[in-house]
Amino acid sequence: MSAPADVSSGPPPGLRVSVDLNLCQAYAQCCYAAPRHFRIEGHEALFYDPAPAVQDRDAIERARVACPVQAIRVEEPERTA
Amino acid sequence: MAQEPGRALIVGAGLAALRGAEALRAAGFSGPLTIVGDEPHPPYDRPPLSKHVLTGAIPADATTLPGVGGLAADWQLGSAALRLDRQARMVGLADGRTLPYDRLLIATGTRARPWPNPHEGRLAGVFTLRGRDDAAALRQALAAGPKHVLVIGGGFIGCEVASLCRQLGLPVTLVEPGPTPLARVLGRTVGAFIGAIHEGHGVALRCGSEVEWLEAEDGRLTRAHLVDGSSLATDVAVVALGAVRNTEWLDGAGLSADSGGVDCDARGHVLDTEGRPDPHIAAAGDVARFPHPIYDGRRVALEHWSHAVAQGIHAGRLLAGAEPESPYDALPTFWSTQGDLVVKSAGLTEGADAVAITQGDPAAGRFVALYGRAGRCIAAVSVDSARWLPAHAELIAARAPFPPRGAATDRPNGVAIFEPGFA
Ligand SMILES: Cc1cc2nc3c(=O)[nH]c(=O)nc-3n(C[C@H](O)[C@H](O)[C@H](O)COP(=O)(O)OP(=O)(O)OC[C@H]3O[C@@H](n4cnc5c(N)ncnc54)[C@H](O)[C@@H]3O)c2cc1C
Ligand code: SF4
Repeated sequence: MSAPADVSSGPPPGLRVSVDLNLCQAYAQCCYAAPRHFRIEGHEALFYDPAPAVQDRDAIERARVACPVQAIRVEEPERTA
Repeated sequence: MAQEPGRALIVGAGLAALRGAEALRAAGFSGPLTIVGDEPHPPYDRPPLSKHVLTGAIPADATTLPGVGGLAADWQLGSAALRLDRQARMVGLADGRTLPYDRLLIATGTRARPWPNPHEGRLAGVFTLRGRDDAAALRQALAAGPKHVLVIGGGFIGCEVASLCRQLGLPVTLVEPGPTPLARVLGRTVGAFIGAIHEGHGVALRCGSEVEWLEAEDGRLTRAHLVDGSSLATDVAVVALGAVRNTEWLDGAGLSADSGGVDCDARGHVLDTEGRPDPHIAAAGDVARFPHPIYDGRRVALEHWSHAVAQGIHAGRLLAGAEPESPYDALPTFWSTQGDLVVKSAGLTEGADAVAITQGDPAAGRFVALYGRAGRCIAAVSVDSARWLPAHAELIAARAPFPPRGAATDRPNGVAIFEPGFA
């Protein structure tokens, strides 16, 4: 099984993050857990970093588990074959 | 699974394809799985493209979706599928190769509707926005500090681009043929409330107006001419005229498919031109048109992120032979971030004959609008009031009577009811 080109070549991949913004209620728990990667803009617009560096995995993991509606999905680069 | 695994093939390497592939594997499919995509990129997330990629907060290539690395699949990226032969059970690619399948997922999505004049559409300074490369190119143009940005089309993507231009401090005009922005999806009444918020942030709205042609000098856009004879100088134009479904590659396959999507039955199998399901093929995401149980089986094709995820998972399980016991019936939900403003919806507004403001105040820029049709709740839209939406979604899923009474509204003495203003 081959990995997609820009996953198998190029710089080592970081974390991959996506947030289901339909689920997100903007209660901002992720922002307290990982303020450099999640923030609320305006009243309830969530900004998140979709490609944090591997070194930030602990903060990102704290954010993921803090989310009361489990809207945050994270993939670790080790799983990339 | 009783049957031989055989080969699985997924065409279109987007969100629905990725979530469908994961579900296929999770349901126990262990045979070879190939994913074909015409773009050179592995599946990436599109919503950030018209938001934080254009503001420069994140680069376009940071949007690869989680799940790509962990999937055991053979990726064939940069190859377009050109035809489907259901008798031979194979898909022909643009490079001449053919790929056999026993289980096929059609997930080719949509593309941006191009500017009708192809010559003008290719001018430097004229953009459409669908893919990651489109977003990177438009970001570069916005970062260069254009004197003026013209957004053609006041749908969700047009409103997102126009409002973020104001965040970037760029002068922007939004030209929309309808009476207000978002009128086709949300109706005139709610469209006018949202349009007023954008005007308050400095977006110049030209509703009831249409761009007729684009003028250029040395191949660069300089001016847009409107049908009323007026014109405006602009060095960037973003064409946001909606999407066209990628179904051309299915021509000749004997499936019920057209520019509005490929038809599926309630379980998710595609239908042939006689209306018979093909048990080897399912479809999911933007390209699929299906009968929605909540809306009396009306055929709908949705362009929503959560729908691509949920229907992708449903189709993956179906193709794995893990029979979903019920038809696909997820309540349609959508969000749109317009500058700092969050617009969310649940349900489908089509056919609404009334709309009630159940929370907040449109004049204050935060409210919830609930849509009714023939005395039932069918949809709700929140503007910077997302926490009220789940309670409204319950009313819609239950087809509760409209106008509503009780817990979901803060108006004990009755709500103000408006004409929704659909054309
Ligand atoms: C700029 C933008 C912003 C958006 N914002 C939001 C939002 O805020 N909220 C929301 O709910 N939704 C949003 N959406 C919609 C959401 O992104 C889509 O509903 C979702 O991407 C659909 O996924 P899909 O897999 O069905 O299709 P796609 O993501 O379009 O993936 C289909 C893939 O198949 C490929 N393909 C097409 N034809 C062929 C062929 N013949 N052979 C091989 N490959 C082919 C395409 O190139 C594409 O890569 C947005 C969309 C865009 C473009
Ligand atoms: S914790 Fe979850 S719900 Fe709250 S803002 Fe973050 S993603 Fe949204």
